[in-house]
Amino acid sequence: MSTAPAVLPRTPGPAVRRPTAAGLRRRRALHWIAVHSVAIALAIMFLAPLVFIALTALMTDQQALTSRLWPHSWNWGNFAEVFARSPLLQWIGNTMLYAGLGTAFMLLSSVPVAYALARFRFPGRRAAFLAVITMMMLPPQVVAVPVYLIWARAELTGTLWPLILPMLLGDAFSIFLLRQFLLTIPREYTEAARVDGCSDLATLLRIVLPMARPAIAAVALFQFFYCWNDYYGPLLYASTNVDNWTLSIGLASFKALHSVQWNLTMAATLLVMAPVIIVFFLAQRVFIEGVTLTGVKG
Amino acid sequence: MRPTPAAPPARRRREGLRALLWLSPWLIGFAVFFVYPLAATVYFSFHRYDLFTLEFVGLDNYRYLLTDDRALTSIGNTLWLVVFMVPAQLLFALGVAWLVTRLKAGAGFFRTVFYLPSLIPTVAGTVAFVFLLNPATGPMNQFLELFGIAGPDWFGDKDWAKPSLTLLGMWGTGNTMVIFLAALLDVPKHLYEAAALDGAGAWRRFRSVTLPTISPVLLFSAVTGVIYALQYFTQAMIAARVASGSTDSPGSSFTPGYPEMSTLTLPQWLFQMGFRDFSMGYACVLALLLFAASMLLTLVLLRRFRGLEEVS
Repeated sequence: MSTAPAVLPRTPGPAVRRPTAAGLRRRRALHWIAVHSVAIALAIMFLAPLVFIALTALMTDQQALTSRLWPHSWNWGNFAEVFARSPLLQWIGNTMLYAGLGTAFMLLSSVPVAYALARFRFPGRRAAFLAVITMMMLPPQVVAVPVYLIWARAELTGTLWPLILPMLLGDAFSIFLLRQFLLTIPREYTEAARVDGCSDLATLLRIVLPMARPAIAAVALFQFFYCWNDYYGPLLYASTNVDNWTLSIGLASFKALHSVQWNLTMAATLLVMAPVIIVFFLAQRVFIEGVTLTGVKG
Repeated sequence: MRPTPAAPPARRRREGLRALLWLSPWLIGFAVFFVYPLAATVYFSFHRYDLFTLEFVGLDNYRYLLTDDRALTSIGNTLWLVVFMVPAQLLFALGVAWLVTRLKAGAGFFRTVFYLPSLIPTVAGTVAFVFLLNPATGPMNQFLELFGIAGPDWFGDKDWAKPSLTLLGMWGTGNTMVIFLAALLDVPKHLYEAAALDGAGAWRRFRSVTLPTISPVLLFSAVTGVIYALQYFTQAMIAARVASGSTDSPGSSFTPGYPEMSTLTLPQWLFQMGFRDFSMGYACVLALLLFAASMLLTLVLLRRFRGLEEVS
């Protein structure tokens, strides 16, 4: 690791008009060291929380109550303890159901809508797109009361279905993102397919889908993670029924149920984080490219 | 792009029908989960409704808002987040992104490290931060002690709870950072070279070349950041719950906002009123307030970003 101080003294005096080659090289080197030192310090700050979570997760009950930061003994059993003390597997199952079905339904419904918005020319196309933007920007709490009443009338409150079923009718953010990507596919491809006698559906399935794979992967991952991390939705609909708790709901109450056991709480926290981190490292490129897609240019 | 010749009317109508067919799931969703609920929210806001009885009360719910101290506190807290947390996140993300562009070695590695925390599940990240900033056992105050600083009570102190949430927000700002990074890398190199030839220093180059070029991206992130701040719910709820040690069992008497209402945001109070106290009519008034604020911002966004609608 670099031991250079984060901020290095600059070359004193006013800027020289014609710096010598050696002086320039020296300044470049100092700049290099300064920038990289700051980056390393920042990276340590970003990673420190994760390291402390892991260390605490391995401590004994007693030690987690002290201010010591390094575990005396490595208690790998804490993870088993978390599984024994809470229905973690059930929470994982419920979360998988929500995230898995939610993502599948979202793709099924949103891809065709995005395709139509990007390719078809029809009156009201602009209005339809504005509706997508409006939905995307709408805080979910705004319509929460009437939507809750719909599901209450259908006797589905207390389950995760009020969160999964609407995905069959499209998700605004995914539609928006997919549309932005589909616009970048040259019209010539779809026109050529149509000239060859392909139907709309065949064009979508055979021509557009293979080309849009990165965008589809990105929205699928975003949706999956959104569901996996969602707290507000499950709190609203499923928190009244312990059998339908998700990881978010379970983890939120974990600390209270095992009041002072920070070690077990951190072990549970780590178990919730782990799949996300693993998936991220497997599909890093998809994420970064997907996020870049969302930063729209004017 | 050549303009397409005007289609004959029959073909236009066919195209319209075709689009209607393809868009129908979304149109149904828009009607069922937006148009109807929004109208119903307006309707309920003039009524007292507790799931069983519905009674017309005129403007009573609106009048009550003006005397509801907690609602006003929650609005104040939400505004605090808009005014302090969002700019802090944006500036930090911009700074980190700029730093990454300056790196010659390991830029990819650093980008990964800075992006990763934004993926951490919100509940897990918040629980972890309450632990890290815990004054008794957490590492943060021990770290500060190395420099002779007596750390505050963070999530347990009403003056520090929102700054603590801001720290959590800055840790998870990787999304914005990646967007800014892409924008910074898109700035044409020759502009910098031209500015350098004119003798512009680093700061001058940033102000005159970088900022104008990336300003659309900055504005987009600022507006969406404010809209997310208006929805701020989970982090505040979890921090209050974990820091105060309350349980989450059904029928529990947990009220958000610990300590001393300092983390109570508008969506939390709406949730509390609508779904814990079942004052649904009043909750709808709060919902409309949230709606007005977010729609105003969306309009700003759409006015500025006509390009969003363009079709190639």
